[in-house]
Amino acid sequence: MKTTFRALLGATALCAASGAAAQENVTLTVATVNNGDMIRMQALTSDFTEKHPGITVEWVTLEENVLRQRVTTDIATRGGQYDVMTIGTYEVPIWGAQGWLISLNDLPEEWDADDLLPAIRDGLTVDGELYAAPFYGESSMVMYRRDLMEAAGLEMPDAPSWDFIKQAAAAMTDRDAEVYGICLRGKAGWGENMAFITAMANSYGARWFDEEWTPQFDSPEWRATLDDYLMLLTEYGPPGAANNGFNENLALFQQGKCGMWIDATVAASFVTNPADSTVADSVGFALAPDNGLGKRSNWLWAWSLGIPAGSQKVEAAKQFVAWATSKEYTALVAEREGWANVPPGTRQSLYDNPEYASVPFARMTLDSINAADPTNPTVDPVPYTGVQFVAIPEFQGIGTAVGQQFAAALAGQATAEQALANAQALTAREMTRAGYPK
Amino acid sequence: MPRAVTTRRKAATTLIAWTIGLLIFFPILWTVLTSFKSESDAIAIPPKFLNFDWTLANYVTVQERSNYFRHFWNSVVISFGSTLIGLVIAIPAAWSMAFVPGRRTRDILMWMLSTKMLPAVGVLVPIYLLARDTGLLDTRILLVGVLTLINLPIIVWMLYTYFREIPGEILEAARMDGAGLRAEIIHALTPMAIPGIASTLLLNVILAWNEAFWTLNLTAARSAPLTAFIASYSSPEGLFYAKLSAASTMAIAPILILGWFSQKQLVRGLTFGAVK
Repeated sequence: MKTTFRALLGATALCAASGAAAQENVTLTVATVNNGDMIRMQALTSDFTEKHPGITVEWVTLEENVLRQRVTTDIATRGGQYDVMTIGTYEVPIWGAQGWLISLNDLPEEWDADDLLPAIRDGLTVDGELYAAPFYGESSMVMYRRDLMEAAGLEMPDAPSWDFIKQAAAAMTDRDAEVYGICLRGKAGWGENMAFITAMANSYGARWFDEEWTPQFDSPEWRATLDDYLMLLTEYGPPGAANNGFNENLALFQQGKCGMWIDATVAASFVTNPADSTVADSVGFALAPDNGLGKRSNWLWAWSLGIPAGSQKVEAAKQFVAWATSKEYTALVAEREGWANVPPGTRQSLYDNPEYASVPFARMTLDSINAADPTNPTVDPVPYTGVQFVAIPEFQGIGTAVGQQFAAALAGQATAEQALANAQALTAREMTRAGYPK
Repeated sequence: MPRAVTTRRKAATTLIAWTIGLLIFFPILWTVLTSFKSESDAIAIPPKFLNFDWTLANYVTVQERSNYFRHFWNSVVISFGSTLIGLVIAIPAAWSMAFVPGRRTRDILMWMLSTKMLPAVGVLVPIYLLARDTGLLDTRILLVGVLTLINLPIIVWMLYTYFREIPGEILEAARMDGAGLRAEIIHALTPMAIPGIASTLLLNVILAWNEAFWTLNLTAARSAPLTAFIASYSSPEGLFYAKLSAASTMAIAPILILGWFSQKQLVRGLTFGAVK
């Protein structure tokens, strides 16, 4: 009897011990996009696992669009495949409101939530709960060739107007030399041409919806936006602009074919890298243009780390998120790879750092981010959040459909008037079908 | 001079065949060439054909960044596993439909094919939920199962077509010579069907190897095959065409080599006929 009791006791102790060990050994699966900053984070994983022995990290690194589809399927079905997901300012407000994400309000105090840039923080907060921690933030700005600008006898102001951009584009265009005054996104897609055009429309006083969720493509402001966009690209843009996305324009700019390019701030590190860019020494930066209406035409995006509700490893996941988005992580990247490579655009402390101030595009990136307000993106009030998108689940489909109309107008297959009428009709139809106003 | 005409005609056909062959092969050749370029050479205008600084840097980077062999092994298990299981199910099915057709055989064949007409994304969520509830998400078993089901109609159809080409008379002759069912199958049918089975196997391995919807959507870290490996290198924000090409070359190389060595079987299977 005594032996049996001892054996049982021993077995219980063993079970308890193995239980504790299992809790210590946690494997986190982190889903992320394959942008440069995330690849760098992946390479620095050992710093995290050394500080947190017992936690191992497995990476799922995918291209942005594949990743979005992948994590959306998983979180909507509560598949539980991922403990940390890399998501953007489009997903966070929708998923947070659905209760799909764990609140990060209780991250440790030294993580310093108050240091986050207000525009970025607001874009990731729903009803006072921070649902994702920003990893890097980006906006859009004007990148231009200082040499061409000088040759044209013009000087780019820090905060140009659309009128100046038109004038400069005309002055820099030299079709015989295959130099085009301006390169802009033309490829259809809610994250492609519509990111640019929606942000541009904000500065023209246009908006996607009024406060009753009625589409506004029949407004004169939208007409003015689209007319100017089409005029800029048809008269001063590269041939075949309707097929150009970020990468195509990047290639054109790096080979000296564009006088100006208005696109993501992240492009600054590419076009100034002498290994890839033939114009690395002569690139200047300016804020995205405006029309004097109080809103500029720059967008705002933050790739952020969120924890899906239903993850079995929330505590370990929080430790990972806090590590990857901390000031210490920034310092680690600076030490290993230099200041130009730290993930930008999330924390005020980075911009207060004198060493970072020497990076050529640092100040313009910060100013651009601060010039965007996702909770109040337009001149007239709107019922949605998001600068270059409308944070509702239906937007991906509608945005891409409207983008196709505008791309068709750019390719000369439709007039601006037809494109806007079609955009208005299809948006109204989809919104009614989705049950708006809600 | 009928001979000269033949030679000229032969030369012309050869030329046309080579041109078409090169045209079809060109994208692959370009991918392989790009994988040896620097990123700036990869986007150079006018494009550089052979006159660039050849480098292996992209392969080194890709190797450092991802675990190629894990993805490769997953691809092998998934594509061969699903094809072999598919064959085990499809051979008897095709056999019976080809040699003992019933009144509804045609309808059954059409119905099987109709399952291919549904866009895959339409059943993504139901399959995802089933996989979640059975704990099979991100396992190779799940992918083998799903790909078997998806490719089964194609396997059955291909085998059915091959088997129909085998004249019943040959089998009858075997029977007249005193062969039993076993001997008939082993000595008369199988030798004639092998090219057909082999080319079905190869084509389905290639289909499963390249399948990029289910393999991306049902896997995470552990069972991701080479399609996920490539998806981690294509990038909408950044010009990494040389690295993407290196990753693509590594992903398609095994299947290209397999195709190269088995092309005789493939061609024989595709142009198969017992009586020429």
